[in-house]
Amino acid sequence: MLSARRLAAVARKEWIQLRRDVRSMVLAFVLPPFMLLFFGSAINWDIRELPIAVVDRDVTAHSRRLVESFEASGYFTVTERPATMTEVDALLLDGSVIGALIIPPGFARDLSGNRNAPVQLLLDGGDANTATIALNYADAIASRYSQLVLLRGQRVVLPVEPESRVWYNPTLESSNMIVPGLIAVIMSIIAAMLTALTIAREWERGTMEQLAATPVHRLEVVFGKLLPYLLIGLFDVTVTVTAGVIVFGVPLRGSLILLGAMTLLFLLGALGIGMFISAVLKSQVLATQVAMVATYLPTLLLSGFLFDIASMPAVLRAITYIVPAKYYIAVTRGVFLKDIGLDALWVQGVSMVLFAMVGITAATAAFRKRIAQ
Amino acid sequence: MMDAAARRRVRSLVRKEMRQILRDPRTKRIVFGSPILQLLLFSYAVTTDVHNVPLFVVDHDRTAESRALTDALTAGDWFHIAGSSDDPSDLERALDRGTAAVGIQIPPGFARDLAARRGAAVQVLVDGTSSNTATVAQGYATRIIQEFGLDRAGITDRGVDLRTRAWFNPELSSRTYNVPAIIGVLLMLMSLVLTALAVVRERELGTLDQLLVSPITAGELMLGKTIPVAIIALIDLVIICVLAILWFDIPIRGSVLALLVSSIVYILASLGAGLFISTISRTQQEAFMSMFLLFLPAIVLSGFMYPVHTMPAFFQALTVLNPVRHFLEIVRGIFLKGWGFADIWLQLGAITAMAALVLWGSTARFRKGIY
Repeated sequence: MLSARRLAAVARKEWIQLRRDVRSMVLAFVLPPFMLLFFGSAINWDIRELPIAVVDRDVTAHSRRLVESFEASGYFTVTERPATMTEVDALLLDGSVIGALIIPPGFARDLSGNRNAPVQLLLDGGDANTATIALNYADAIASRYSQLVLLRGQRVVLPVEPESRVWYNPTLESSNMIVPGLIAVIMSIIAAMLTALTIAREWERGTMEQLAATPVHRLEVVFGKLLPYLLIGLFDVTVTVTAGVIVFGVPLRGSLILLGAMTLLFLLGALGIGMFISAVLKSQVLATQVAMVATYLPTLLLSGFLFDIASMPAVLRAITYIVPAKYYIAVTRGVFLKDIGLDALWVQGVSMVLFAMVGITAATAAFRKRIAQ
Repeated sequence: MMDAAARRRVRSLVRKEMRQILRDPRTKRIVFGSPILQLLLFSYAVTTDVHNVPLFVVDHDRTAESRALTDALTAGDWFHIAGSSDDPSDLERALDRGTAAVGIQIPPGFARDLAARRGAAVQVLVDGTSSNTATVAQGYATRIIQEFGLDRAGITDRGVDLRTRAWFNPELSSRTYNVPAIIGVLLMLMSLVLTALAVVRERELGTLDQLLVSPITAGELMLGKTIPVAIIALIDLVIICVLAILWFDIPIRGSVLALLVSSIVYILASLGAGLFISTISRTQQEAFMSMFLLFLPAIVLSGFMYPVHTMPAFFQALTVLNPVRHFLEIVRGIFLKGWGFADIWLQLGAITAMAALVLWGSTARFRKGIY
């Protein structure tokens, strides 16, 4: 029979061991808030005030106004006004500007004559993402300017007018994307780095025989060992969520209960997998490394946390289906930003239950085998 | 310098280390296999390109024109249709569930308004939860829809005609930018892990004492431990560069010699950091955790996955102290922009100074820690 007292005893022993390991404590309590502050403020894809060079060969009111509208948008700042194209080349080459706007002579004449007025924009394509976004902004600025000029005060009627609205995150703030995803990343670190040690440590220190000789059921050992990490994980999530809302102003629109329940399931699964790895490999160093590769890297790269899954090649896209963090991140983003419930998240809910079951079963199975030997 | 006996001692230690690394198939896999695997994983997964965005279409108009607009959106590889319906609440549900990232709603009378030049409206809804994808996808959708309208209305006169050319990477593929950077990440990782673990393992196994009673000095021991790692890191450099050129089709436009020299300096800096970790760790486990705590901020603040120029000023200032940031500028410059020594002296100088500092510091600690 399972006994709560024995389970608590195992949990207490595990906690004492954990408390004495300074690095583990740092990982458990210092790293999560640090990572949140770090990722939350350092990662930023909001493109503002990109430095550009302007070569104005037209020097008319029109050309000046075009440059002004680039600056007024807030997306570009004119930092250089080179005289020759060789200087433009040099500026782009050493990276002091991200782009160069070249207005040829006759720009104002073409524009007033209702002809196409070509303007050249050279972009440093190296950083493809920044360049793509800059390109979109520049296009929008140029077409808005043309409308103003062409129609000279008439009501602007574009043949088709896209009315664009952004849902859930109207200002397209990066932190609104990163903070909810980060919860999953932080928990996979706890799972990978902390639980990977727990059983391997018993083997390495020779205390496994003692544990085997103690009259505790293996389920009591597994759950007893999981309990401290589960509490640490829940504590970290609470801290991260609170800090995300207070420090980064991320809206928390949905149900906290749903978030809590899903988090608990995800933690059980992740911790179970960590223990499984630990029990199978019996070496702390090896277990940590395998756990890193098996849980932390996929969570960082293949979950949609930072990088868009739809843009990945088909093979990687297929792999993402077995990355639990992908489903969990859909939950955190859904609860934080979208205010959706189980009716929209049932696929994720089922995945979380499955993941928790797989994790616990794997940990228990691996643990029993070893003791029997 | 070193006398013949010392050289011999170092050489035999280097040989022992190499043999130890190459004998164990698991280590061999880590040393030569994992860079390849990580290169592939990072190159394909770390992509900020936006392609293939799932699009949900609600077409209330159902005319040839509205279908042509949908076709225009899906003509490139930017959008694919993830679903369509007559009911706007289906669109809402698709965005909620994340099965679509962008939705368009074409109102009834779209074709009529277009023909009458009344300004036909199309609603574009974007899921903003992935802010980067949303920004780019919104730009694509707006541009395609506007172009479509101008085409249909037969307007060729566009006013300001912005002609854009992207230098160094005309296709604007993020892979071209990332693959060279992966070199920096992997070289650091390899040198750090191998150095730190090599020393700590001896300490853990108790074989460090054996080495200490042998006539080898601390300096020689350090050389013997680091030279094999440097050799392996250079082999990894070659493997990754060859893959970048042959598999990913990313040419080295700049000076190969400059790449080699800066890589060596950078490897020295990473080795120094690894040695330092080995002096503060008693077990491999401790060393591994210290490495993780050092490596993670170094990567975040390097400009590898996220650009440095959009970070807050404080973090931008911190990146100046990060050798990874400088090395990434060098490799990207050499690969994409054709840089040579004249363009990299500032970054190279910074890495050299850091390498000297960290090597000096860890040597001092290493000597003290050994005895």
